[in-house]
Amino acid sequence: MPVVACGRRGSSWRFFTAEEARTLEAVCAQIIPEDQDPGAVRAGVVRFMDTQLTRFYKPLQKTYRRGIAQLDQASIDFAGKRFADLPAAQQLAVLHHIESNPELRPFFELLVAHTMQGFYGDPRHGGNRERVSWKMVGLPYPPLRGRLRYDFADLAKGELPWR
Amino acid sequence: MALKPVNAVIIGAGAGGGIVAKELAEAGLSVVLLERGKWYSPFDCRKDDLRNQRTSPLGQAFGPDDDRNPRVAVDSQGREHIVRASGPGYQNNAACVGGGTFSYGAMAWRYMEKDFRMRSTYGHVSGSTLADWPVSYQDLEPYYEKAEWEIGVSGDVSGDPFHAPRRRPLPMPPLPPNREYEILYPAAKRLGLHPFDIPMLRNSVPYNGRPACIRCRWCVGFACEVDAKCGTHNTVIPKALATKNCELRTECVVKEIIANERGRVTGVVYFDANDELHQQDADVVIVSCGAIESARLLLNSKSRLFPDGLGNRRDWVGRNLQGHTYTGAFGLMPMDIYDDLGPGAGIALCDYNHGNPGLVGGAMLANEFIRLPYQFVSMVPPGLPRWGKAHKDFMRNAYRRAIAVQGPTQEMPVFDSRVQVDPVVKDHWGIPVARLSGDKHPQTIETSTVMAGKAEAWLKEAGAVQTWKKLSGPGLSAGQHQAGTCRMGSDPATSVVNRFCQVHDVDNLFVIDASVHVTNGGFNPVLTIMAMAYYASRHLVKRWKGTRFA
Repeated sequence: MPVVACGRRGSSWRFFTAEEARTLEAVCAQIIPEDQDPGAVRAGVVRFMDTQLTRFYKPLQKTYRRGIAQLDQASIDFAGKRFADLPAAQQLAVLHHIESNPELRPFFELLVAHTMQGFYGDPRHGGNRERVSWKMVGLPYPPLRGRLRYDFADLAKGELPWR
Repeated sequence: MALKPVNAVIIGAGAGGGIVAKELAEAGLSVVLLERGKWYSPFDCRKDDLRNQRTSPLGQAFGPDDDRNPRVAVDSQGREHIVRASGPGYQNNAACVGGGTFSYGAMAWRYMEKDFRMRSTYGHVSGSTLADWPVSYQDLEPYYEKAEWEIGVSGDVSGDPFHAPRRRPLPMPPLPPNREYEILYPAAKRLGLHPFDIPMLRNSVPYNGRPACIRCRWCVGFACEVDAKCGTHNTVIPKALATKNCELRTECVVKEIIANERGRVTGVVYFDANDELHQQDADVVIVSCGAIESARLLLNSKSRLFPDGLGNRRDWVGRNLQGHTYTGAFGLMPMDIYDDLGPGAGIALCDYNHGNPGLVGGAMLANEFIRLPYQFVSMVPPGLPRWGKAHKDFMRNAYRRAIAVQGPTQEMPVFDSRVQVDPVVKDHWGIPVARLSGDKHPQTIETSTVMAGKAEAWLKEAGAVQTWKKLSGPGLSAGQHQAGTCRMGSDPATSVVNRFCQVHDVDNLFVIDASVHVTNGGFNPVLTIMAMAYYASRHLVKRWKGTRFA
């Protein structure tokens, strides 16, 4: 079994090489960019992918290894540099190019799906660090239970005391 | 290993099988109830938005497991795909004690009178095997009532002028309305429609020794942490076991039903949790595995007299596989309306189930269950990017402002939408797996598109500043509402079981689950499965003479 590490840099990943993780962080940062709220990188989406690739997504290890290499190669062919080394605007152009390429598109779509899972899903799976996406959309936390037994909300008056 | 013979062996402890177990055990028959899944408790309920029975990118919570239970799905181009239980195309229903009722949303609909007489009402539909049921709503009415009171239903259908006649009201009042309800109710009234409280198999007040719903946000797809959701696992199955006449064996996978040389069945052969093979002899065998697995088991039970499987002399087993085509619309309200109150779904209307000009049938429309953020990711309007800044902005701005309204369009049964057993692929136990193929009827898609328009109009009237439809494309439909594969009918040439769920040419073999549904209504099917289970059990018990039928 791979060693479980706590760090976010270097070779502390379960599955990814440091280079692969660098590429993925750059891709994820475009899929869910940082703005007034944290984006995919700060939410730990790559950590989510890395963790799940040793668990439920284990059958996808080869897909990832090959896919990341192809993505970087496409970036070099299209823009002359590896994906993580491009400025943001060019990164977007590369991703739109990849989206229009039937051969490269499936892996990118997989990355989009996994990024959404890692960003909006439960933090227990390794992503959504500190519930950043739940805070962003306004999902109340901690969840209230048994509210039905205490009639303290007058919905007719628009009162939402749990806000 | 030879086991002590019993009067009845029931395969599958879901909505149908659980009820049959209780009815037979209480009538004094000795019963073995076999379930391929486990018996989970509310304590096994992890509130996991990526791993539950409804949303399963990281697997599903209540079976069947991915490793041992493949199926073959044939797509519209005829290509075969080996699919795993939590993946797309599997048409999964839960495998555990309680079956789907352990983690369902729990809408408790009675079908309408016309739903049992679709052929008489609408005539022949080209390319469809649309037919009437051999039983009527009136035949089932007392059993609907029994299901509502024994399993437990809350709600109030008095505002629905379209519901079929009923003798008693529901045993529990509806849950108080949530914010969506408060908005949608007056809007429907303004449109001249008839909104009302959805009947739900969920305690709104303490009932049957279990508490009321605490309105948490983990409802459909999850087990209920306070046991307020009513399924067969916390009602009839414990009652069956309390009679001491019923033994429940979990993690038992039935390989085949054994038939003798006189054309009757004598029991089943199954693998236990340790993959050891057992034979359980019984006077009567009841198949309640859900529409796909019931058909698979009958087709896999071959013998000299039944070379094509049990009940399959006319090649009707596995045919007419159907589910529901869900369509609807999303609406973005001008204000924040998220109130974090489960189950979320609470208001429905049946104005569009029948009587739509030029269409056959229709759908009940209801607001959707409460959504976790991940489930909202794909609910974006057309034209909005699926990723990037625009998608993130949408999530941030829309999550607490969106309402979804949708409904299960009644499907036109298609003869070639079917379950077969795959000639090559086998499961962990070496049993040929289900092979699913076919497509929706064009009429189904047409009706479902109209239903989406109705949902959108309702949301617009409710004040949505932006609305967009959720439509359905072609492709096989089955899933959790799977039905139709062992059709009930009077004519053995065009059906598999008679009106009492008894296989036409094997009088001690019954199929009691949604497999027997001739059509599947424009409603969630579970209460009809339950009513039919009570109805068929009553017949079975009445004709039972010690060790045989008379």
